Amino acid sequence: MLAFIVRRLAFGFATVLGVLFVLFVLFFAVADPDDMAIRAIGERASPETYAAWKRNHGYDKPLLINPEYDWTSIQRYTDTLLVDHYERMLSFRFGRSDSDDTPIWTRIREGAGPSLSLTLPLFVLGLIVGITLSLFVAFFRGTYIDRSVLVICMLGMSVASLIYIIGGQYLIGKLLRWFPISGFDPDPAVIGRFLAIPILIGVLAEFGGTVRLYRTVFLEEVNRDYVRTARAKGCGEIRVMLRHVLRNALLPIITNVVLAIPFLFIGSILFESFFGIPGLGALTVEAINGNDFSTLRTIVYIGALLYIAGQILTDICYSLADPRVRLGAEASA
Amino acid sequence: MSWVSNIIVALLVAGGAYVWIWARSNRLWREAMRALVRRRRFALIILGVYVLIGLLDAVSWVGGDGVQGVAASEARSVIDRIFKPSIFREKSYSEPFAQVEFVGGAALTFPGQHVLGTDILGDDVLYKTLKGVKVALLIGGLTCLVLIPLALLFGVSAGYFGGKIDDAVFFVMSTLASIPNLLLLIALIMALGKGTLQVCFALGITGWVGLSRLTRAETLKLRELEYVQAARALGVSHPTIVMRHILPNLAHLVIITFALLFTGLVLSETILAYLGIGLDGSWGRMIDQARNELSRDPVIWWNIVAASSALFILVLCVNLIADALRDILDPRTLRERP
Repeated sequence: MLAFIVRRLAFGFATVLGVLFVLFVLFFAVADPDDMAIRAIGERASPETYAAWKRNHGYDKPLLINPEYDWTSIQRYTDTLLVDHYERMLSFRFGRSDSDDTPIWTRIREGAGPSLSLTLPLFVLGLIVGITLSLFVAFFRGTYIDRSVLVICMLGMSVASLIYIIGGQYLIGKLLRWFPISGFDPDPAVIGRFLAIPILIGVLAEFGGTVRLYRTVFLEEVNRDYVRTARAKGCGEIRVMLRHVLRNALLPIITNVVLAIPFLFIGSILFESFFGIPGLGALTVEAINGNDFSTLRTIVYIGALLYIAGQILTDICYSLADPRVRLGAEASA
Repeated sequence: MSWVSNIIVALLVAGGAYVWIWARSNRLWREAMRALVRRRRFALIILGVYVLIGLLDAVSWVGGDGVQGVAASEARSVIDRIFKPSIFREKSYSEPFAQVEFVGGAALTFPGQHVLGTDILGDDVLYKTLKGVKVALLIGGLTCLVLIPLALLFGVSAGYFGGKIDDAVFFVMSTLASIPNLLLLIALIMALGKGTLQVCFALGITGWVGLSRLTRAETLKLRELEYVQAARALGVSHPTIVMRHILPNLAHLVIITFALLFTGLVLSETILAYLGIGLDGSWGRMIDQARNELSRDPVIWWNIVAASSALFILVLCVNLIADALRDILDPRTLRERP
C-alpha cells in the first residue's frame, strides 16, 4: 500500500515537472523575453527600455545554460531562466504581474472565492438536474418521452455556449428583468441575485451532454443480471430504478465527476467575464488582453497542480476501497 | 496565394472521389454507408451543401469580370464573384429585405435584395455568413489533419510496442491531460501568436490525447489477436503489421472521433473568438462583434441570428451524423440500446 502511494506521488511530481517544462517551452522558448517586452511596452521603445523591462521582471538571464560560468562556482552555471522558472514555480514565489506589477499570488487568492461561489452551485445543481433527468429518461426508455428528450438534448448540445450566455443574458436580464444583468457582491444576502442568471444558463447549457452521457450509464446498468433478479423477486419498476439502478450507476458517474472538482477553482472564463464576477476566469481574460504572461503562466500551473492533486487523491481512495486498482497498477508497471 | 487553395480543393475532391470508390468496393463499408444514408439523409444533404459552399469559396482566380474598386491582383472566389461585395453594399445597417436604411430611412442602393440585411459597415450579412462556412470547415478539417496523425502515431506505437515507449507516451499524455484544456489552448495561442495555422495547431495539440488513449487501448487488444500473432510468427515486419492489421481496424474509431471532434472544435472557436484570439471571418467573430448590437434600441438582431443559426445547423448535422456513425460502426454501443 505504502509503495503504491509513494509511486503514485512520484509520478504526480514527475507530471508537475512535465507541465512546468511545457510552460517553459511555451512562455520562454517560443515566446521569448524579447517578444514579451515588445508586447508589454510596444515596438518603438529604445533597446535600453527593453533591457530595463527585462531586468525588472527577472527575464534578463540566458535561456538554458549560462555561457559566462566558470568551474569555481556552481551558482552561476545554473543562473538561467529554466532553473529560475522551476525554482519560482515549485516554491510558489510567483512574483509580480507583467502588466501592472501587482503580486500574482494575492490576486489568485482573491479570485478563488468568487470563482467558487459561481462554479460550486453550478456544479452541484448541474449534477442533480442531470442525474434526475437521465434517470427519468431511463425509466421511460424506448418510449416517445425518451426519444423527445434525446432530440432536445441533441439540439441543446449543438448551440454554442457563447449563444447561451448572450441569449440568456438578453432574455432574463434585459427583457424579463428578473435579475441584474451583471455584477457581483460577496455579501451573502444579495449574492444570489447576481449569480442567478449565470447558474441558470450554465445548467441549461450543459444538460444536453450530461443527460445523454448518464442515460447510457443507466441503460448499461438496466440490463444487468442483478436488476433482472430484483424484478423477478417482485420489485416495482420505480423501486428497481431508485434502489438498485441508481445506486450502482452512481459509482461510474461520481468517478467522472470527482475529476472535475479541481477545475472548479479555476472558474469559468466565459461566465465570469460576461457577468462581471471578479474570479480567476476574469483574471485569465484580463491576462490575455493585457499580454500578461506571468499571470497566465501561474494560472495554468495552478490549474494543472489542482488537477494532479485531485487525481492522486482519487487514485489513493480507490486503491483503499478496491485492491484490484493497486494490483493492476503493480502488474502493469 | 490563390493557387495553393485551388490545389487543395482539387486534392480534396480527388481524395473524396478515391475514398468513395474504395468504400464502394468494400462490402462492409458499402453497407455502413448505405445505413448512414438511410438514417441521416437530411443531415448528409445539408452537410453536403455546406461543403459545396466552402469549396466554392476556396476556388479563386485573379481578374475576369472587371468589377470596380478591387485591386487588379486580388484573387476572388466564386462566392465573391456572385455577391460582388465591393458593389453590393449599403452605407450602414439595414433590415432583412428592407427598402430603406435602418437608421434615418434613406433609400437603399439595393432595396429588398439583402436577404439577411447588412451590418454596420453596410456589408451583406448573407455574404459574410457564407464566407464563414469555409473558416468553420477549415477549423475542423485542418485541426484534424494535425491531430489524427499525431494521435495515431503516439497511440499505436505505445499500444503496439509497449514497454519504455508506452511509458514515455503515457507520461506525455498525462502531462498534457493535466493542464485544463481551455487554459492550454490559450497559452499555446498566446505563445505561438494569432493566425489560422497557429490556432489550428494549438487546437490539434490540445485535442489529440483523447483519441490517442482510445487507439492505444484498441491496439493493445488487437496486438494479442491470433492473426496478428501469426503474422509476427511468420516474420512480417512491424511497419507492415501496423499498416495491414492495426490501422484498418482503428478506422472506425478515427471516423467517429473525427465527427465528434469536429463539432467540439467549431464550438470552441467561438470561445476563442470571444477572447479575441479566434480566426478572421469566423462565425464566432461575427457573434462576438454582434453581441453589443443586442443592447441597442431598436435591436439589431439579424447579424447574431444569421451567424449563430449557420453555426447551429452545421453542428447539429455533424452531431446527428456522428451519432448515427457510432451506432453503425461501433457495435458495442448497440448493446446499450434498449
